[in-house]
Amino acid sequence: MKTEFEPTILAFVCNWCTYTAADLAGTSRMVQQPNVRLVRMMCTGMVDPKYVIKALLSGADGVLISGCHPGDCHYMNGNYKARRRVRLLKEILPLFGIEEGRVKLTWVGASEGNEFAATVNNFINEIREIGPMEARSMAIV
Amino acid sequence: MGNKIGVYVCHCGTNIAGKVDCEHVAKYAGGLRDVVVARDYQFMCSDPGQDMIIRDIRDYGLNRVVVASCSPRLHEKTFQKACQRGGLNPYLMQHCCIREHCSWVTADRGEATAKARRIVEASVNRVGRHRELFTRDVDVLPDVMVVGAGIAGIQAALDIARSGHRVHLVEQGPSIGGHMAQFDKTFPTLDCAACISTPKMVAVAQEPNINLLTWSEVVDVSGFVGNYTVTVLRKARYVNEDVCTGCGTCLEKCPTKVLSDFEEKLAFRKAIYRNSPQAVPNTPVIDAAHCKMITKGKCGICQKVCPTGAIDYNAVERREVYHVGSVVLATGYDTMDPTVMSEYGFGRFEEVYTALQFERLNNAVGPTGGRILMKNGQPPESVAIIHCVGSRDKNYHEYCSRTCCMYALKYDHLIKDKVGHHARVYNFYIDMRCFGKGYEEFYRRVQEEGVTFIRGRPAEVVREDGHLVVVGEDTLLGMRVRVPVDMVVLCTAMEPRRNAQDVARVFGVSQGQDGFFLEEHPKLGPVSTATDGVFLAGSCQGPKDIPDAVSHASGGAAQALALAARGHVSISPTTSYIDPEVCIGCKVCIGLCPYSAIEFDERRKVSVINEAMCKGCGSCAGYCPSGAAQIKHFRESQVFDEIDGLLGMHAPEGPCGESAESSANVQAGEPA
Repeated sequence: MKTEFEPTILAFVCNWCTYTAADLAGTSRMVQQPNVRLVRMMCTGMVDPKYVIKALLSGADGVLISGCHPGDCHYMNGNYKARRRVRLLKEILPLFGIEEGRVKLTWVGASEGNEFAATVNNFINEIREIGPMEARSMAIV
Repeated sequence: MGNKIGVYVCHCGTNIAGKVDCEHVAKYAGGLRDVVVARDYQFMCSDPGQDMIIRDIRDYGLNRVVVASCSPRLHEKTFQKACQRGGLNPYLMQHCCIREHCSWVTADRGEATAKARRIVEASVNRVGRHRELFTRDVDVLPDVMVVGAGIAGIQAALDIARSGHRVHLVEQGPSIGGHMAQFDKTFPTLDCAACISTPKMVAVAQEPNINLLTWSEVVDVSGFVGNYTVTVLRKARYVNEDVCTGCGTCLEKCPTKVLSDFEEKLAFRKAIYRNSPQAVPNTPVIDAAHCKMITKGKCGICQKVCPTGAIDYNAVERREVYHVGSVVLATGYDTMDPTVMSEYGFGRFEEVYTALQFERLNNAVGPTGGRILMKNGQPPESVAIIHCVGSRDKNYHEYCSRTCCMYALKYDHLIKDKVGHHARVYNFYIDMRCFGKGYEEFYRRVQEEGVTFIRGRPAEVVREDGHLVVVGEDTLLGMRVRVPVDMVVLCTAMEPRRNAQDVARVFGVSQGQDGFFLEEHPKLGPVSTATDGVFLAGSCQGPKDIPDAVSHASGGAAQALALAARGHVSISPTTSYIDPEVCIGCKVCIGLCPYSAIEFDERRKVSVINEAMCKGCGSCAGYCPSGAAQIKHFRESQVFDEIDGLLGMHAPEGPCGESAESSANVQAGEPA
């Protein structure tokens, strides 16, 4: 069963670091599994937990949030805010029957194309291990 | 009025079409809700491609446009402008990327096509929620700040000043010139470095449009493109620049000796000092940590001998505030300290020198008066020059430092020239990279002078019977070699300045993997940064030789001037908005805003955005418990619909939707 499961991943990435890294990964032709789809945000600080939950309830098996390294935020400290928020979000996810591993926050700087490709591929594999989102079928939206 | 969406899928030659079935994606898009025309075309960014959008806006009455091609970081503006020319508000366009994030990174054609379909569908979904937005024009202050006064900073400052704009040139050292002031000759022309840089340094001092701030550091930057407020810390010099004539009497009489950084610790300077006799400005500076008068209250000789009374031991640092439209960063590089590579013996054996030390040995005003001498006062009979020390080395810096091959060749020539042709010179290299104008010719010339080239990074430098021996392998011969020499020169890597991280933070620019400042685009934006109005010049962006640094600096100056000369700049309207009908007045957003752009309206009991200060980071919107705060162009409804599209929540039935217009594809060369 697990071998047939192809996870769907949504990635909220900041325009200044990770989206640029994704561009670089593309320009450098660093092949990634096709399961991830990017949502360009200006900053991880604008990623409302609602977006993450919405994505999980609407069909995503995992959500990646990725922005600038600590101290490098284009908006001074948006990534620190994201870090706190994801921490809190992970506390409540299990209450809904959602494994906290389905949400991941990483830092990928603008010049780290290889890091981006590796992050995406690793996360897809992690979600493949966790399996399909069971909680979604039980949720009443 | 309902939405009428036009979708344009770009082939980008075979860049996209090689992996994505563009025709199929366009057909699929044609079947999506509100899409009235969907086309695929060879090159959307070309004139015919853009004209196609403009014509469709008129012919079909499009009020929304989706372009699926390369990254929006590359061409979003192109298509926004095309929409504008067609009479459509540019923010009613959504540009999505099916190249960098899809065709180029996906192995399988079917999977790439499916992914592209989702990406396009998300954009169609999202664009339906877009609203008209209008950019604001703000005035750009005419002055420019240049930070760092090495050759790059000097060039940038002169270029800007000569256009009539005022430049504040900030240098942390006591005088200008940077590393170039330490060199003697420059490759491949063997121009004397001082002869070509001193006129420029003097020009800086004499240029009325340049406000030269040496012994100063930028400590704070606030504001936004066109309107930066920069706080400069003027460190205490203890010598009054307005009164000092630079006579140098104080330098002679000062009793304290300190190892000189400018001389790369090969010579001493006084506690009151200047870097060199040609220093600009030639006002000395007192090293407070070593001055006996300042540390112990005993001495005061310089004050006694100063004929103009310029010495002031009670001077204090002060802060000055400048208002500038843009900033050019030219903070340069450091050379690597090779002590960590203990195998080469730097710091253990006194005849092992770094490249910069060797430059000083050659400099006419250096510790040996320009003669290549060992510590015992004798010229070396044989010298080993080790390339790539710390460069092209996974343990230190992976990148090539770009200049070492050439300055090593310069040293080869200088040794032959100054010590005599009997002197033996051995180059231990990995590859020779002589890529510039006249560089390869110089390489040939040096080869003909009888210099030995040994391919292979040496394993170590040892001392046997009082002699240095370089131990390594000649990888061309496949033989181990042991070369006894009198002197070893290490071609040390260029690395980011020690304080690059602090500078990056103050100016809001990013650093690349290597620590050098990150340019906006490695090919097409090498002088601009992700922060509007902050430009790069010289080696703070990556290793550069002098001609590259100078041309890079002129590029940075041109960018800064373009802003200053136009006098105004468009500011993105994608700022925050707080709906007063929804705001509950909890004030959470106020504490979160990093730009202090939110105020509380006491009368209405709601938070209000100051759009001039808001940069649209979304810190407020992400946290607002009532959903009153929204980022324009990244509204909740827009993001939600994008998510739905990416996840295929509203996908039409069947693998490929059909509609009347979906077959209206155009082939290259014959736009409909």
